[in-house]
Amino acid sequence: MTEITCIVCPMGCRLTVDEQNDFAVTGNTCKLGENYGKNELKNPTRVLTTTVKIGGAIHGRCPVKTGGAIPKGKLFDAMKEIKKVRLESPVACGQVVLTNLLGTGIDVVATRAM
Amino acid sequence: MVDLAVIGGGPAGLAAAHAAYQSGLRDIVILERDRELGGILNQCIHNGFGLHRFKQELTGPEYAGRYINMLNDTNVETRLDTMVIEITPDKRIYTASPNGYEMIEAKSIVLAMGCRERTRGAIAIPGSRPSGVLTAGAAQRYLNMEGLMPGSRAVILGSGDIGLIMARRMTLEGAEVLACVELMPYSSGLNRNIVQCLEDYNIPLYLSHTVTDIRGGRRLEGVTVAKVDENRRPIPGTEINFDCDTLLLSVGLIPENELTRGAGIDMDLRTSGAVVFENMETSIPGVFACGNAVHVHDLVDFVSEESAKAGGAAAAYVGGCTHESGGARLKNGANVTYTVPQRLHGHVTNKEIGVFFRVNRVFKKSKITVTADGAEIASFNRRYMMPGEMQHVTLKADKLAGVSDITIAAEEIA
Ligand SMILES: Cc1cc2nc3c(=O)[nH]c(=O)nc-3n(C[C@H](O)[C@H](O)[C@H](O)COP(=O)(O)OP(=O)(O)OC[C@H]3O[C@@H](n4cnc5c(N)ncnc54)[C@H](O)[C@@H]3O)c2cc1C
Repeated sequence: MTEITCIVCPMGCRLTVDEQNDFAVTGNTCKLGENYGKNELKNPTRVLTTTVKIGGAIHGRCPVKTGGAIPKGKLFDAMKEIKKVRLESPVACGQVVLTNLLGTGIDVVATRAM
Repeated sequence: MVDLAVIGGGPAGLAAAHAAYQSGLRDIVILERDRELGGILNQCIHNGFGLHRFKQELTGPEYAGRYINMLNDTNVETRLDTMVIEITPDKRIYTASPNGYEMIEAKSIVLAMGCRERTRGAIAIPGSRPSGVLTAGAAQRYLNMEGLMPGSRAVILGSGDIGLIMARRMTLEGAEVLACVELMPYSSGLNRNIVQCLEDYNIPLYLSHTVTDIRGGRRLEGVTVAKVDENRRPIPGTEINFDCDTLLLSVGLIPENELTRGAGIDMDLRTSGAVVFENMETSIPGVFACGNAVHVHDLVDFVSEESAKAGGAAAAYVGGCTHESGGARLKNGANVTYTVPQRLHGHVTNKEIGVFFRVNRVFKKSKITVTADGAEIASFNRRYMMPGEMQHVTLKADKLAGVSDITIAAEEIA
């Protein structure tokens, strides 16, 4: 049994998820909360936003994000990988700066034209 | 003489300029003191922007980029590195820029200066004055735009969204975040941020606690945190010491209104912003205000919406549309801390009037009641409300004709 806070809406219901019982959710007040509770324990994912070094631009860092959510457990390894990237201006918003991050199939893209 | 001068090139100024252009104004200038447009969004590299406005989850720079692109297709002039130092009631604007000291005359003005963070001085924490004590927003700018790490062991005071976002950001960059400390018995941050910024990284949140001492010589060496009673006074014997080299303060934002006050515009003590009418006009006809300069917003989407209203109204004013004063005043009812707008014009042309307000505590199932001169004219149900989340209701203008007092109140229902 694990207790988590639902983030689907501002109510913030306290959910209890039973891993032993097919991830049954209690404490939710809507269907969305049930789905959130299941996914959050089966396969929690997050979109990662950070910055990479850029030369020749207005600032020394270019903001980037993962093009989709990646497994929560890989966030710190992803940070290490993304740190290796070096960009040179010009960079377009949405431009891929790193492909297939840690084999997740997800690309890292710039979030600002610089 | 320009038709419209917009002061501040953050999301508020960008949306106001764009809306004014769309409403037909052609001689528009944006005055921005920074080297670039986008305002605070440039440093907010996290996502969570634009869900209402663009039905997509964008990062701050992406959201700003969309508006900057929209303006690139217009002839709106942008003057960067241009700090407005004074405006006058007859709409003269004095600026300092690499060109020196200049004066611009404008037919209308939109004030969109945003807000700044409260500092250690504003909350008077005792102790020594080492380096390593900085506002969360300053740390955010160092880290996200300049690539400078503020420290390696941090405590965060204040659990508003900026503090929470920085707790995660510092952790991902390799710092150890020891605690997030909140004076109130609840966090003013979004649940989503408490989960994804603190719980994800096992950072403890100390509610009803505050920092009571700051230690260190040249650099911060540690802080003392204590529990507070219901009057927010530290309880002796509850002290916890943290060894840390960084203390980030996320203790509130203050609308930036030196220019507004200098021009003699009526201010609202509750919001620290200008008193505005339903079209975002201030007490000086032809001077409008929007965004965080009027009241602190939690969502940029609402900033854009409100600012588009201000820009459209500026265009109407230049086009010759004037309003009678002497309309209704909006007042705080039970549990409401402020409303925007605070006033209505005598003859309101819009069919609907949007009102933003905040409540003073956490509410479960509740009802918002709007009364006009004592008679209920509308009510709205809410499942949940908290002070950190701005509330919004829409009133029908035809019910407000001839009314002098409008009151908005909130109560919990069983
Ligand atoms: C750190 C932080 C994190 C946030 N996170 C989120 C989030 O996750 N999601 C969300 O939806 N919202 C978020 N917000 C809220 C949202 O970003 C703000 O409400 C919005 O940026 C306010 O826009 P603005 O244009 O009013 O102010 P700002 O963005 O502050 O812009 C004001 C501009 O005016 C300029 N200016 C000020 N004075 C002068 C002068 N005298 N002369 C010339 N120029 C001047 C400033 O340089 C600045 O560029 C966050 C806010 C902050 C501060």
